[in-house]
Amino acid sequence: MNRNRTWFVFGGVLLLLAMIVGTMIGPAGPTWWRIPLEFLNRLPFVQIDSGVSEQDWNIVWLIRTPRVVLAAIVGSMLSISGASYQGVFRNPLVDPYLLGVAAGAGLGATVVFAFQRGATENWIVDPLPLAAFIGALVAVLITYVVGTAFGATQSTTTLILAGVAVTSLATSIQAFILQRNTDVVRQVYSWILGRLSSATWGDVRLVLPYVLLSTGVLLMHRRLLDVLRVGDDEASALGINVRRVRLIVVLAATLGTSAVVAVSGLIGFVGIIVPHAVRLLAGASYRMVLPLSVLLGAAFLVFADIPSRVLANPAETPIGVVTAFFGAPFFLYLLRTRNTST
Amino acid sequence: MTALGFCDVRVSYDGTEAVQSFNDLLHSGEWLCLIGPNGAGKSSVLRAAAGLVPYSGSIAIDQKEIPATSVRWRAQHIAYVPQSPQIPLDMNVFDYVLLGRNPYVRHFSWESKHDRDVVGGVLDRLDLATFARRPLGTLSGGEVQRLVIARALAQEAPVLLLDEPTSALDIGHQQQALELVDSLRREQGLTIVSAMHDLTLAGMYADRLVLMHQGARVAEGTAKEVLQPTVLSEFYGVSARVHHEDDGTVVVIPQRTSAR
Repeated sequence: MNRNRTWFVFGGVLLLLAMIVGTMIGPAGPTWWRIPLEFLNRLPFVQIDSGVSEQDWNIVWLIRTPRVVLAAIVGSMLSISGASYQGVFRNPLVDPYLLGVAAGAGLGATVVFAFQRGATENWIVDPLPLAAFIGALVAVLITYVVGTAFGATQSTTTLILAGVAVTSLATSIQAFILQRNTDVVRQVYSWILGRLSSATWGDVRLVLPYVLLSTGVLLMHRRLLDVLRVGDDEASALGINVRRVRLIVVLAATLGTSAVVAVSGLIGFVGIIVPHAVRLLAGASYRMVLPLSVLLGAAFLVFADIPSRVLANPAETPIGVVTAFFGAPFFLYLLRTRNTST
Repeated sequence: MTALGFCDVRVSYDGTEAVQSFNDLLHSGEWLCLIGPNGAGKSSVLRAAAGLVPYSGSIAIDQKEIPATSVRWRAQHIAYVPQSPQIPLDMNVFDYVLLGRNPYVRHFSWESKHDRDVVGGVLDRLDLATFARRPLGTLSGGEVQRLVIARALAQEAPVLLLDEPTSALDIGHQQQALELVDSLRREQGLTIVSAMHDLTLAGMYADRLVLMHQGARVAEGTAKEVLQPTVLSEFYGVSARVHHEDDGTVVVIPQRTSAR
């Protein structure tokens, strides 16, 4: 138990460190070492003269900080949903991206853009995340049904291949819609490529309720995901309603994922790198994997966002490029060494 | 007293009847063994009782019919050991046996100290306590079989279903596993239904054998009554000798039919 607590402290410290470093780096703004001091100064009852001007502070607080916070939210959501999908599908290679979630969400969003984005601006609930969710959900369900319909439900590769096919299908429909609505191409592509670079506090407020709900539901299921590791038959003989648990977990993970995809665009491989790193560090029990994935996933994406800011300075390297650069080789490594157990 | 009752239990897969009207009453502490050729419906009877396949008719425990909707109630009363359990290789022994407490843990809650104590007791009883922290991937086949039985015991269910409990084990571990089940039955009054292919072992340990063929019960009784060359030849298509030992053991030996 003590060892477990150590890992949570480690994750928390790493996340804090990532967020501090994340706010210190950027093209404009105050000298890097002044920024943590100014943050301390802004805390109640603390007075430190950091020498940061009001204008510089605005750069930090209105441009960098929301970006860092959003990266943390997106990273934690992609990681915990990746781990949860791996649990319910009992497949170590599953990732929200590979299941077609991202492409489905992209298609849903494209539909909203194509059918008069302007007309929805005054709606009480923004239909964009909702459409992304529906697209993502349909994609996951198709992947799941097709991927498990043929013979053994245990076949890990069938599920992945089904995900590839669903992704291609969603992408092709999206391309068709875009061809018919060339006026929204720019909007859609800037959405797809991710908007961490233009993150605002509004984006944070938009996704936070979905992410909190989804993360909460997934964390509540962490003991049940451990029971599912012995397979559907044995889990149901142990008193679990397997279908219901699987449905709830898939819905929750898809809701959270599509919400973050709606603000950050398509970021691949986070949901596979982070949970597996956690398993290597702290063991495969979902009691550890889920909460630690939240912490380490957040830290990972905040760190990954740093090279995406500085590599091609002053231009931005899309963060999806950075995560895929690390993630794809890691995926190949898992393919080589995977065993059947998740 | 009837511990487990089957009343007109039928199982079909895609319209084909795998089990036709299975009826039986087991008294508490009885060991019933289902025998029969592959595809006879033995596993389907067990899977129906474990709630893993839909069935018609009713299955009752202590004269109370199992509610169709409560998987938890069923798991508190029936423990099931599958033919080839799925073993998460990096889970440790204690956590694996702790899964057996799931029927008693509320959905979004955690195992209590009592649950952990039960698991500790089971591990002690099955001489697995020294393994508690070992990952399952490091265990031998015989140890894994004991472990799966340990998980079933942690369920504290009065009925234990065993689907081919010995088919993956060598002769020594077969004996160990069956001796273990038998001693647990005597200690705790467990009611046992098993499906087995090894007729000699089945006859040795079970109180009663039921021979199934194409989903129907075709013979039942003690080993001496059921294990007869004519019966075996009719339903298994085997030519076998049956040898009766002085202690009552019935030994079934398949005969080579081609010239030696």
